[in-house]
Amino acid sequence: MQSLSNRSKVVSDKPMTFMEKLYLPAILGGMWITFTHLFRKHNTLKYPEQTKAFAPVYRGMHVLKRDEQGRENCTACGLCAVACPAEAITMVANEREKGEEHLYREEKYAEIYEINMLRCIFCGLCEEACPKEAIFLTDRLVPTEYERADFIYGKDKLVESMDYRIDITDRQSTGKRTEK
Amino acid sequence: MLEKLILVGIIFTISLVIAMYATYFERKVAAWFQDRIGPDRAGPFGLLQPLADGVKMFLKEDFIPRNSDKWLFIMGPGIAMFTSLMTSTIIPWGPDIVTASGNIVLQVADFDIGILFILGVVSVGVYGIMIGGWASNNKFSLFGAIRASSQMISYELAMGISVITIVMMTGSLSLRDITEAQHGMNWNIFYQPLAFVIFFVCSLAELNRAPFDLAECESELIGGYHTEYGSMKLGFFLFAEYVGMFISSAVISILFFGGYNFPGMDMVEGNTLAVLGVVALFVKIFFFIFVIMWIRWTLPRFRFDQLMHLGWKTLIPLALINLLVTGLVIAFTSGWFN
Repeated sequence: MQSLSNRSKVVSDKPMTFMEKLYLPAILGGMWITFTHLFRKHNTLKYPEQTKAFAPVYRGMHVLKRDEQGRENCTACGLCAVACPAEAITMVANEREKGEEHLYREEKYAEIYEINMLRCIFCGLCEEACPKEAIFLTDRLVPTEYERADFIYGKDKLVESMDYRIDITDRQSTGKRTEK
Repeated sequence: MLEKLILVGIIFTISLVIAMYATYFERKVAAWFQDRIGPDRAGPFGLLQPLADGVKMFLKEDFIPRNSDKWLFIMGPGIAMFTSLMTSTIIPWGPDIVTASGNIVLQVADFDIGILFILGVVSVGVYGIMIGGWASNNKFSLFGAIRASSQMISYELAMGISVITIVMMTGSLSLRDITEAQHGMNWNIFYQPLAFVIFFVCSLAELNRAPFDLAECESELIGGYHTEYGSMKLGFFLFAEYVGMFISSAVISILFFGGYNFPGMDMVEGNTLAVLGVVALFVKIFFFIFVIMWIRWTLPRFRFDQLMHLGWKTLIPLALINLLVTGLVIAFTSGWFN
């Protein structure tokens, strides 16, 4: 059959020549190759001491953002839960009372907000769906746990604390939104 | 008598320590060949890694399968370890050490049949693998054991014949006589390169080392004869392999690379010569241990029919021809036909 790509090779089963039957030249050649590898630079990253920077588009553990005054952005609209293909997000909404204006930015807020990290596939659709710039996927990793229940993250783990703000300025989707 | 006992103790310790650190260097060498670092966490440069491995082995559950033959199952690793340690008795480690009360011979026992003793004991060593594989009562183990024993039978012949050429040249079976005959740089490798290649290939096969590790064969036999073993029994099997590597490197150095002889040895004498001789022998041993590891991390495993083909149809005829040519040359040079 005619070759269309000009790349196909005809497999040959011709008997080995005497030099090939000796094996030794090929063995020594192979040993030379491995020997040169003795002097190459190793590719190992000594992990706990050295870490590799994540790509800017890396999607890791979620964060629920607060605004500059420390008020939670989330209004419990539920769009993230709807967008979530893995059904990992649940929430219970509540109305903001008087005197809670410093806690929640709008009149409605999420009383309970849970993400099941075992269900989550880290696709980032919640971040895309969010109209309030409340949820972001960060470059943090979800740590291991012993119990399945411990992987259901509530607001205690998701909402950023005021003392330790999570920087998301170089996240891909933030730049687009903050222009508005 | 006492000095022999001390020597036995020292050699026993050295064999075990070298085998221990051979496991460490195997992993290091493998890592270097694969552009990695290798174990470096336990102690400085990972030097305590063998200890950590040993502790791990001891602390594992010592499990004996219900349907196995209990006593044979325990005997297997014991025989493997015992035989591989026993061969070190007749290795001449160096020239005599001169003391005021007479010479100390750096050899536990100088049998007249020297090299035959090694071949015999090494052949018993396969019983450890065979019994272990048989007693496990497991298909994979049995396959490993069968492979090990058939491989041993096929390669022992060529090995023996290539040793006979050396024996013919030296006129003695004693390893000390063979070493003494290679004074200075007068090594057997320059007279018998083919015998060396055959002997080296066969000793790789006897050791069950890659590319002849069909008895273990992780990818098809899941460990072969030691599939069912765990804890320190498994440790003994693996350890016996490394002790065997040390001993066979020593035998290769003695038969073909002059043992404790080194170029320029006539310029020193007495205890300096003894110390330098021991150092020279160990340098050669370490070099061959490295070469054996180097081969393991370079070559893929043989297929079983290829292994048999190489043993019976290539190595044995080659060894026989080599034997014949050596015999003829010896006959001509010593004037038998005049």
